[in-house]
Amino acid sequence: MADSSLLNERENAAARFKAGLWRENPILVQALGMCPVLAVSNTGINALTMSLATASVLLASAIVISTLRGIIPPQVRLACFVLVIATFVTLTDMLIEAFALELHRALGAFLPLIVVNCMILSRIEIMASRQPVPVAALDALGMGGGFMLGLITLGSLRELLGRGTLFGTQVMPESFEPWQVMQLPGGGFFTLAALVIGFYLLDRRWRARRTAEATT
Amino acid sequence: MIDAELWGLFLNAALVNNFVLAYFLGICPFLGVSARLESAGRMGLAVTFVMLVASLCAYVINRLLGMIGAEYLSLISYIVVIASAVQLVEMFVRKTSPALFKALGIFLPLITTNCAILAVALFQTQREYGLLEGLVFAFGAGMGFSLALVLMAGIRERLRLVDVPDMVQGMAITLVLAGILSLAFTGFAGIGAST
Repeated sequence: MADSSLLNERENAAARFKAGLWRENPILVQALGMCPVLAVSNTGINALTMSLATASVLLASAIVISTLRGIIPPQVRLACFVLVIATFVTLTDMLIEAFALELHRALGAFLPLIVVNCMILSRIEIMASRQPVPVAALDALGMGGGFMLGLITLGSLRELLGRGTLFGTQVMPESFEPWQVMQLPGGGFFTLAALVIGFYLLDRRWRARRTAEATT
Repeated sequence: MIDAELWGLFLNAALVNNFVLAYFLGICPFLGVSARLESAGRMGLAVTFVMLVASLCAYVINRLLGMIGAEYLSLISYIVVIASAVQLVEMFVRKTSPALFKALGIFLPLITTNCAILAVALFQTQREYGLLEGLVFAFGAGMGFSLALVLMAGIRERLRLVDVPDMVQGMAITLVLAGILSLAFTGFAGIGAST
């Protein structure tokens, strides 16, 4: 009995991890937590740092809150969540400032804005405050991973088309004329729209193939 | 001269560096509440109001934390203080002016932890604005937010009468619209102060 429930729990955790990466991808499907992040998605490296910072804050807060879930009184839970998240964001902010000053300047006020990322708060409220630590951690890893996946794709695309480079190295041929618009904020909206459409098409095709396989 | 500077600050926050269309701040309410023109207007009003409160709070917090040398606490204090200040103002408004409360009403608690609100406090600190400059900046940012929201709501009300292809239904079409609006707003570049 104990074994099967443990197995269930493990399967459940693995399923949560996968859901975050694709089916419930926070950026492409839920459209959550984009505010502070889209603004710095103009290059791959910015997107990488920003999404990595967000994902680590999510993971750390999820573990802490899942550990404390029996202690936090339900009436003041939101305030507690925000305090924990704000603590980790301050830590991350200081870490990046200490190790990569140049990046810290480029990201500016957007790093502290991770605090109000609705994706983090929603994962904490839905999963971490109710589930045991392993499930919460895997869910946070999956969601954080999906978040990074979406953002790095977005940032690299914008950098590739807008500057002809990828993570700072020239990849496009010399004759390639950079699309200025991709570096403008408007380009961010367009690229995200294109990604959402691409995701929708891919997902529909995969689903159709799976049902076709199931019927034959 | 001072007046011209403040005016430039206002225009810059409202148009050139519009919070929604240039900084991607407050995207959630931008996509969520922009379906109807009336609620968009009210939301804009509420956001402007909370931004002014936030700017005032941030100024006081910076002064106090600077005095005791605990700047690393600023982020946490912004969130806690702004949320409670808005709560207090909400109670005050409910008692004194039911009409205003009805207009701002449900939006007030929703937006206290909105990224656009916190961004006002953070930008103001980063750019070292004084009290008056901060308030003008917050007002401009709020006006810009309302403008973007109302424009978007207007377009989306029209959009309901058009045949949109299945593929781009929902989020994709909204994002494309936001992109076009954002491109239009780049036309304002060069007006006002350059920061």
